[in-house]
Amino acid sequence: MSSRKSKSNNVIHAEYLSQVQRILQVQYKHLIELLKRTAIYGESNSVLIIGPRGSGKTMLINHALKELMEVEEVSENVLQVHLNGLLQINDKIALKEITRQLNLENVVGDKVFGSFAENLSFLLEALKKGDRSSSCPVIFILDEFDLFTHHKNQTLLYNLFDISQSAQTPLAVIGLTCRLDILELLEKRVKSRFSHRQIHLMNSFGFPQYLKIFKEQLSLPAEFPDKLFSEKWNENVQCLMEDRSVREVLQKHFNVSKNLRSLHMLLMLALNRVTASHPFMTAADLMEANQLCSMDSKANIVHGLSVLEICLIIAMKHLNDIYEEEPFNFQMVYNEFQKFVQRKAHSVYNFEKPVVMKAAFFYAQQLPACLQEMDAGQFPPQMATCIHLQVLKWRGGIILIQIFLTS
Amino acid sequence: MACYSTRLRTRQTYSWVGKPFLNPKLHYHSYKEMSVKIEGGLTEIHIQVGQFVLIEGDDDENPYVAKLVELFEDDSEPHSKKRARVQWFIRFCEVPVSKRHLLGRKPAAQEIFWYDYPACNSNINAETIIGRVQVVALGPDEVIPMDLKNEETLFVKLSWNEKTFRPLSSELFAEFDKLENAARCQKPVGAKTKAVRSPSWTRAEHDIKRIESRHSTSKSRPTPSHPATPRAKKRLELSGLGFPRTPSTRISQQNSGALLDSPGRSKRKVALSEITSPTKRSQPDELHTLSPALKTPQKTGEIHSSCARNDKKASPDCQRILRTRVPALNTMEIIEERTLKPIYRGWPSSVVPSVILTPKNIKKREAEEPEAQDETTSTSHRIRRKSSFLTLNRIRQQLRFLGNSISNQEEDEFLPAAEISDSSSEEEETSTPPLRGRTSSRVSRDPSSSMKSSLQTPSKTPKKTPKPHTPRHATPQIRSRNLAAQEPASVLEEARLRLHVSAVPESLPCREQEFQNIYNFVESKLLDHTGGCMYISGVPGTGKTATVHEVIRCLQQAAKANDVPPFQYIEVNGMKLTEPHQVYVQILQKLTGQKATANHAAELLAKRFLTQRSSQETTVLLVDELDLLWTQKQDVMYNLFDWPTHKEARLVVLTIANTMDLPERIMMNRVSSRLGLTRMSFQPYTHSQLQQILISRLKNIKAFEDDAIQLVARKVAALSGDARRCLDICRRATEICEFSCRKPDSPGLVTIAHLLQAVDEMFSSSYITAIKNSSVLEQSFLRAILAEFRRSGLEEATFQQVYSQHVALCRMEGLPYPTMSETMAVCSNLGSCHLLLVEPSRNDLLLRVRLNVSQDDVLYALKE
Repeated sequence: MSSRKSKSNNVIHAEYLSQVQRILQVQYKHLIELLKRTAIYGESNSVLIIGPRGSGKTMLINHALKELMEVEEVSENVLQVHLNGLLQINDKIALKEITRQLNLENVVGDKVFGSFAENLSFLLEALKKGDRSSSCPVIFILDEFDLFTHHKNQTLLYNLFDISQSAQTPLAVIGLTCRLDILELLEKRVKSRFSHRQIHLMNSFGFPQYLKIFKEQLSLPAEFPDKLFSEKWNENVQCLMEDRSVREVLQKHFNVSKNLRSLHMLLMLALNRVTASHPFMTAADLMEANQLCSMDSKANIVHGLSVLEICLIIAMKHLNDIYEEEPFNFQMVYNEFQKFVQRKAHSVYNFEKPVVMKAAFFYAQQLPACLQEMDAGQFPPQMATCIHLQVLKWRGGIILIQIFLTS
Repeated sequence: MACYSTRLRTRQTYSWVGKPFLNPKLHYHSYKEMSVKIEGGLTEIHIQVGQFVLIEGDDDENPYVAKLVELFEDDSEPHSKKRARVQWFIRFCEVPVSKRHLLGRKPAAQEIFWYDYPACNSNINAETIIGRVQVVALGPDEVIPMDLKNEETLFVKLSWNEKTFRPLSSELFAEFDKLENAARCQKPVGAKTKAVRSPSWTRAEHDIKRIESRHSTSKSRPTPSHPATPRAKKRLELSGLGFPRTPSTRISQQNSGALLDSPGRSKRKVALSEITSPTKRSQPDELHTLSPALKTPQKTGEIHSSCARNDKKASPDCQRILRTRVPALNTMEIIEERTLKPIYRGWPSSVVPSVILTPKNIKKREAEEPEAQDETTSTSHRIRRKSSFLTLNRIRQQLRFLGNSISNQEEDEFLPAAEISDSSSEEEETSTPPLRGRTSSRVSRDPSSSMKSSLQTPSKTPKKTPKPHTPRHATPQIRSRNLAAQEPASVLEEARLRLHVSAVPESLPCREQEFQNIYNFVESKLLDHTGGCMYISGVPGTGKTATVHEVIRCLQQAAKANDVPPFQYIEVNGMKLTEPHQVYVQILQKLTGQKATANHAAELLAKRFLTQRSSQETTVLLVDELDLLWTQKQDVMYNLFDWPTHKEARLVVLTIANTMDLPERIMMNRVSSRLGLTRMSFQPYTHSQLQQILISRLKNIKAFEDDAIQLVARKVAALSGDARRCLDICRRATEICEFSCRKPDSPGLVTIAHLLQAVDEMFSSSYITAIKNSSVLEQSFLRAILAEFRRSGLEEATFQQVYSQHVALCRMEGLPYPTMSETMAVCSNLGSCHLLLVEPSRNDLLLRVRLNVSQDDVLYALKE
């Protein structure tokens, strides 16, 4: 049964693909036509695919490329260069990567990469040599396109767009980005060379479609070997879809984010509960998964605190109320804690000052965000304590609201 | 005879013959002769410089043909390799298939072509030489004898330069002759002395004629060889032949008659080996085989005196005689001269071939004289044609308002270009550098990759159409596709092709004034042999670079036609450099082919431009995207603008940038003062200009409604005046049109609706659709931000503040309580789309949140 489960997980991925293709039909058509024209007619093009994270940009381009490569006359005639703004953080690295992926190093023979300037002129020379009808078209895919705009002078982008606008080797430059203001990031002469084609992926589906996606993702395909089980499973999915609580969960999820990737995550969490003894997914599974997904991480941290630490946070909360928005130091927190202990001596043990200090430190360390922001090493110890507590104060403000609400 | 190095090969042994002599400039030993022993020394072939040889190639049946120019020993190789320099010939089967139709007739079986392509390396391994071959040069109107028994004889009639077939120019004939002579006298090819006409020599020449009038043809034939330059020798040869016989018409007629009757009718052709001309065979005794070293002509009487006299004169003088003589000759003499032409010049060894000038050859050379004879009319007519007129025509053509369709223009362009280059190559015999080398798919010919030849104006093609197969170049290229790109099938596809920005239009409409200004500027500098700077500014997409390219193209045409002095054109682009100082490296490399570091290159360039040099051509330098050459010290800009101010530099710098006030804004005074005040600014295109551009591109294609073109022109003109944008929109509109009417039979016309959709796609802001399509929580978070802004009156809020608003909003709308993590996720989602501006460093509660969209836009988007 476990093998079956993993199988169904694999299938989900494939289903997901076709789903994206169907939702993004118009955009897909546009892109594939564009790529085909580059591959078959040698027409240079540049296009940006823009959409929020998880809207299927990479999926779209991968799918389009896959289909393109299935065309026989194209598959051998097209070169692809994949770049990612997170990996190729400057033009120098990007150039080397391009040269590597284009396999240009073979042409140079034993010459290993030269300097940045040499590489650039080398590559430009290579691309300049081609012409529309005889050279192999090159498809450049720039993932995280916006990061390329931060490169010095935008040299790489200028040159790519310039080639795509001149009678040299046919290029298709495809940028993927989630930034809507991407065109404003381009320098004016780079912008002028860009063809201004934009493909927007906006998650423009409504809740009914979302439900359909949910169903299709969970359903087992017809070619699943165990026909009986797949029938039962699909029936169960249908039932789930009509269940009110499931709909509520999905609606809530949909409200938070239309991102299909987060739906995928939710379903994965739910599916992980399916075992041999518990063969079908239930509404409870989904609800639990949803709870996991939407859990508040900070409230979670507070749940695990000791009495002393909670007392300290309450003290900080009081201080925060008294001196609103003003910073305070450890001594003030300790004094507040002392007052609290005196009032309710029966319930809280009066700790020594060093112990309280330690607790405060421990707490600060449990929240890595605090340490990230304030580099304690730069300050003398006392200062550091003060600063940490300052952070704790703000944090505490919200956390206490949480506690009061939940308890 | 000393054998310097013998290396056994499987079949053939190559060894040098004769003493080496050291070439002082190049530091290697060159030889005049080489012997090839085949099969253990049974047969031995001597090959000498100037002979025609077969060279091992890919195809065993058709080995390569070349003319040996030089034999030398390359000491840089470990085993001191024998090398040879050759001038290639090309067989018809080696011409690329796609170009074969250019010949326009069926090639004769043994026809070869002079290979006139400078990019090909002519340096080969001497041990690839297979053997000798006979090559006969034919004039343009001679017929190739079809029924030759000797299959070893090849005929050259036309030259091939990878683009066109042309008749062998007089220059090439001269080169044939020159090389031959050089080989004969075993002297290095010296500087060519100029042929100066001096009238006084006509007299002397007549004297000679009188003296030698009674000499028989045969006796006169063994003319003294002369240590003069090849050209001078050639003339001498003429004099030796012609002079004694010319004065009396009767004799000359006799002679011509006699010779015409003789079996050596083929003397009109150049016989290239000892067996070629039967005349020579028939009179072997009379041939005084004079080695070049042998300077005393063994002759009698007058001829001796005349020869001696000639000998005493320095070669230029002799030349002068001959130069002047020819125009004075009447038709009769010319005829006679032609018939007498097959002079044979003996070679020390009997195996030596020799090139003998054909009368055609002479005629061609003399065609420059105004008194060209009847026979030469065909050639001279062509030569006399004013190539300058052609260029003018061409410029007019460029400027032609809305010219023919592109295809027509291409044809127009092709023909005059060919003609111009033809006539110019014939005219400027001496100015054209000797062309050697060849480029083709034959890699095996030269193992060493040649440096890219610098962009010499005469040899540079105006159109940038690099060869698809140039493995010779060290620079790599993208591999070529297996299947050729498809050609456009439908009207819309054709339109799309023409609308692509990369499609270079034949003429640039709406930039005539700018074109003329830049052209005049550069032309005047070229003509004056001075330098200067020009600053060209304009917003992107207004045709700055395209116009300058056009100017350069026209000037290169004009240079070919000799209207302006030849110049060297270099282009650098600030955006294609990694840092400003690299500009020196690029310029130096394009100028001389050298590679150097930035500092060294700067020094070399300074030396080049600031020191006096003799006979130097002007350099035109285009610096695109000038603003990127800015450095702290501005030394790069300073140098670029300082060089042209020196008289010796002869450098014209054209600079292009986007901003009009760049010199004032970023340049120091000393830099901007050197830049000068020659400025030009390209205005953005107006809507009527854009319309004109579109119409000119879409000439003869009915793909767009007229109103649609006007609409897009007006839209773009209102926004930016960027021609690229205009073209892109139209291109997109054709796609939309094609997409919307899928019916195969209807061709489809791009209407206003299609264009509007394209404009919308490209210019509409995506923010509103993005907000509309965002999730419920994201929308309510945006509302919360608006509410918080209204409350605080500021355009910025911390996450904490917005969160409390958000919680309140959710409660009001009946949404479930949003947890902190969820809200944070929503916030960072919006931040990654840049709908919100969030600082990456101070995340968490104190995160500052700003809107990246106007509040009205958000309100509008959230209204529904």
